[in-house]
Amino acid sequence: MTMPYYVSPEQIMQDKAEYAKKGIARGRSIIAVGYDGGILLVADNPSSLSKISEIYDRIGFAGAGKYSEFENLRKGGIRHADIKGFLYSRNDVTAKSLANAYSQMLGTTFSQEMKPLEVEVLVVGVGDDPDHDEIYRISFDGSIFDERSFTVIGGRAEFLFSHLKANYRMGSLKEAMTLSIGTIRKENMPTEHSPNGMEVAILDRTQKGRTFRRIQKDELKQYLM
Amino acid sequence: MIEFQDSGSSFYQLIQSRYPQLFLSPSEWPNKQTESPLSVPHGTTVLAIQYQEGVVMAGDRRATEGYSISERRIEKVYTVDRYSAVAIAGAAGPCMELCRLLRIELEHYEKLEGERLSCEGKANKLAQMIKGNLPMAMQGLVVLPIFASYDEIKKVGRIFKYDVAGGQYEEIEYCSIGSGGRDARGSLKKIFKKGMSEEAAVGAALEALYDAAEGDIATGGPDMIRNIYPIVKVISQKGVTDVAEDKIKTILEVIIRKVGEA
Repeated sequence: MTMPYYVSPEQIMQDKAEYAKKGIARGRSIIAVGYDGGILLVADNPSSLSKISEIYDRIGFAGAGKYSEFENLRKGGIRHADIKGFLYSRNDVTAKSLANAYSQMLGTTFSQEMKPLEVEVLVVGVGDDPDHDEIYRISFDGSIFDERSFTVIGGRAEFLFSHLKANYRMGSLKEAMTLSIGTIRKENMPTEHSPNGMEVAILDRTQKGRTFRRIQKDELKQYLM
Repeated sequence: MIEFQDSGSSFYQLIQSRYPQLFLSPSEWPNKQTESPLSVPHGTTVLAIQYQEGVVMAGDRRATEGYSISERRIEKVYTVDRYSAVAIAGAAGPCMELCRLLRIELEHYEKLEGERLSCEGKANKLAQMIKGNLPMAMQGLVVLPIFASYDEIKKVGRIFKYDVAGGQYEEIEYCSIGSGGRDARGSLKKIFKKGMSEEAAVGAALEALYDAAEGDIATGGPDMIRNIYPIVKVISQKGVTDVAEDKIKTILEVIIRKVGEA
């Protein structure tokens, strides 16, 4: 006869959290920074598989951790937003509501499934002015953080966050770009500001309709000169 | 709540599977033509013309209900993505819904896949959506669009027209549909030249619409008193752009003067 055994809920949760954190820590980082004309997203990502994406007119997404898992969340988010915009109106699709949906989904998975999702996601919503920008960071257990001006997700998040905190000020896109790429490069190549291996996109508040735009390598070079 | 079973990259399929109540299922189709067909705004002239760098698309602004005018400023030419526009003829409600759905469909695909659908891909998707409307068309709620798009691969503007069953036909010169479509076609036949300039093509579109409005009661002519003019869009490598109202007004004044002098 097998021995029935007991594991305390605290222990289960702790183990799950450790497992998820380990998975996320292996990945590279993503930075979101507000600038005067919108929000900048920079991912340390040399592959052609995206970590940053457009969700809706004024909403962007970034995912760190396990690709298959945050890609699923990204697609779910686009479906959620497009359905809502079709059933109601385009103005009714908000970053807050999407961030809440992600939080619910991650929270439920964390407490009910064997394996938690090894992801951290970012939902950003660009407002008419910097005061109305929204940056939500949602972690693997569904906790949701309403960030101001800038944030970091992924592997070296804490280290990069403290660097951003020390150097950030609201300014132009060029300044935001130099700071973000400089921060990501800080650890391995302190002096290099090369656009190689970077995935960069902006939510441009001056645009009508769809504000999301990817910044390709050539354009990126101009900002970093 | 976000659900994650994969429904592909099509918004049209997604919304039909999640919200079937928004679409009539086959068992709910009325099984015979009603005695008096529903009264819906109907009748139009919309057209598309090939020019040197792409396509010019235009449409009048009138909606009718039988013999009365129900709307003076309705828009029948819609931008559906960066490089594509749709002009519609038929029952106003389903037509507008189709345009809205197509716009979301194309955007949805682009966001999920990370790249835009090919020109043929967009045209074929629209054909499927028109076919989906066939039961409604049998009841008199016809939806007939023209689709024009700049082909980013072939670097040319392309025009597609459709029939109610979802049949799709590519046009290489010009096409016009709606109750005034015949009049516009007659006019375009005389004016059209291969490789026209943008200015000439916009002029041709406005002249054809003017002729259609003269011959067809359901097509609205330029309303100089209320400043209501046709909608004209240019589709080229630069994307879809609206021709400014002032410019349309100036061209129409020349056309009207010419009519007066004849």
